[in-house]
Amino acid sequence: MAVLQLEEITMEFGGLRALDLVDIKVEEQQIYGIIGPNGAGKTTLFNIITGIYLPTGGKVIFKDCLLNKMHPWDVARQGIGRTFQNIRLFNKLSVLDNVRVGSHGVSKSGFFGSMLGLPSSRREEKMIVEKAEHLLELVGLGEKKLEYADNLAYGEQRRLEIARAMALNPSLLLLDEPAAGMNSTEKVELMDLIWKIRNEMQLTIILVEHDMNLVMNICEQIAVLDYGRKIADGPPEVVKNDERVIQSYLGAEA
Amino acid sequence: MDALISQYIDPYYLRILMLIGINIILALGLNLITGVTGQLSMGHAGFMSIGAYTSAILSMQMGSPFFLSLLAGAMVAAFFGFLIGIPTLRLEGDYLAMVTIGFAEIIRVFFLNFEPGGKAVGLSGIPQNTTFVLVWTLVIIIIILNAKLLSSRIGRAFYAIRENEIAAEASGINSTRLKVLAFTAGSFLAGLGGGLYAHYMYFIRPQDFAFMKSIELLNMVVLGGMGSIPGTILGSVILTLLPEMLRIVAEYRLLFYGALLVILMIFRPNGLLGDVRVYDIKKKLQGKKVGLWQSSN
Ligand SMILES: Nc1ncnc2c1ncn2[C@@H]1O[C@H](COP(=O)(O)OP(=O)(O)O)[C@@H](O)[C@H]1O
Ligand SMILES: [Mg+2]
Repeated sequence: MAVLQLEEITMEFGGLRALDLVDIKVEEQQIYGIIGPNGAGKTTLFNIITGIYLPTGGKVIFKDCLLNKMHPWDVARQGIGRTFQNIRLFNKLSVLDNVRVGSHGVSKSGFFGSMLGLPSSRREEKMIVEKAEHLLELVGLGEKKLEYADNLAYGEQRRLEIARAMALNPSLLLLDEPAAGMNSTEKVELMDLIWKIRNEMQLTIILVEHDMNLVMNICEQIAVLDYGRKIADGPPEVVKNDERVIQSYLGAEA
Repeated sequence: MDALISQYIDPYYLRILMLIGINIILALGLNLITGVTGQLSMGHAGFMSIGAYTSAILSMQMGSPFFLSLLAGAMVAAFFGFLIGIPTLRLEGDYLAMVTIGFAEIIRVFFLNFEPGGKAVGLSGIPQNTTFVLVWTLVIIIIILNAKLLSSRIGRAFYAIRENEIAAEASGINSTRLKVLAFTAGSFLAGLGGGLYAHYMYFIRPQDFAFMKSIELLNMVVLGGMGSIPGTILGSVILTLLPEMLRIVAEYRLLFYGALLVILMIFRPNGLLGDVRVYDIKKKLQGKKVGLWQSSN
């Protein structure tokens, strides 16, 4: 049974068809790659899955549940975490607080409970902090937890976004170009991190990435988008040798 | 206690201290909405007037006990904050500012024509029940509750909405609901401050709560530091004292507030204390120490 199933997803912006009848099926605990040239519609696909855009047509089904028309916060509470291509951190909050906010969807303390410091709120808060600190260690930002998020280097900010998304205890994690702007050492570390997250926390990961080396190494299944259409999918070896993919994408880079 | 205080403190200073306390309550309410959650409200005085009139009318015409009047004023203001918040908080930035200005004007015009509120003449003879001890006890309680709220899950969600609404929603934050919550809580404090004000001043008129008052409150939050409790307190103190001490400021209020906002936006958009943290100061001091030690070697 697929964790996430996209059926004939179509998205139009005015006259522009950014996605055209895209079908994608992601299995439990897969690392699934989505590649394609700039403007192919990869980020738009993430925005549709997470409820930021309402698709013009098609269905988003997550664990038997139809996500179309759900608010972004409800999608998040279903267990879908994400990062953003153009980094979106809470700049004037500390690194630790950024991750603590990530727990919002899976915690409960309300207005009065928080304000009055009721025991249940305090207990929950303690767990939120412990989880946040653990996640920061995992992504290697434990030392920086009191810095403002906007004081971090670029690569660190990308890792902080991953930690924040993980605070939601997601069963599906969407990473939009997580290696963009990283140097090659950072990229290797990132690959390790993605592997580790998947294996230790048993979740499914969808990855949009331009670095072919990274994608081919880490993904078990890949879909290729071009001008809003899916032109190929399959395991890396298959996609790598696909005529159309070489023509429209891989060939262009070589 | 109050008798003791009025014996030892000069009435002029006592009055300023009372106004500072009331302004802190009002500004902390606006800080929740604009400073913390990032929703620009330019009509805070409108909610203040709802609290002032509701509580004054209850005390004078229904003989309700003071505490009940105060609470009712705050609740009615909160209820209007809630009602207005639902449709308007979908608007962004400038639009929200305009709608809040419009709402406060409508309230003012309503009270200008409201028979039980004495129309343009206003109400006088409101029982002077607001005491120094009451105001400052409330200030302390409100500061503590505010601080607890802002360091909690809900408070962090408020800040997250201000910092990046899309990322906040992706973390499971229902931004619409929380914006309405911040607006309601902020309006509650506006209503409470209004009730205290009415029962201190003895006399209220619609023009006491005009646009200028909203701008004055906004300035307190912006000057002290958006989203910072110590900052908001500092802003309230400075902007209550300045017009009292400098006649020129009092006479050219509008000009002064406008210029102050522009200067802040250019030089310190986060206000005096908005992004100042003990952690950063410590780090800087440590950095300096290391620097000195190195240079002496
Ligand atoms: N909100 C929007 N309004 C109009 N056009 C958009 C919007 N979002 C994306 N697009 C367009 O959709 C196409 C796909 O964009 P995007 O999904 O960002 O591509 P990718 O992530 O693959 O580089 C582009 O042509 C882009 O200009
Ligand atoms: Mg993109």
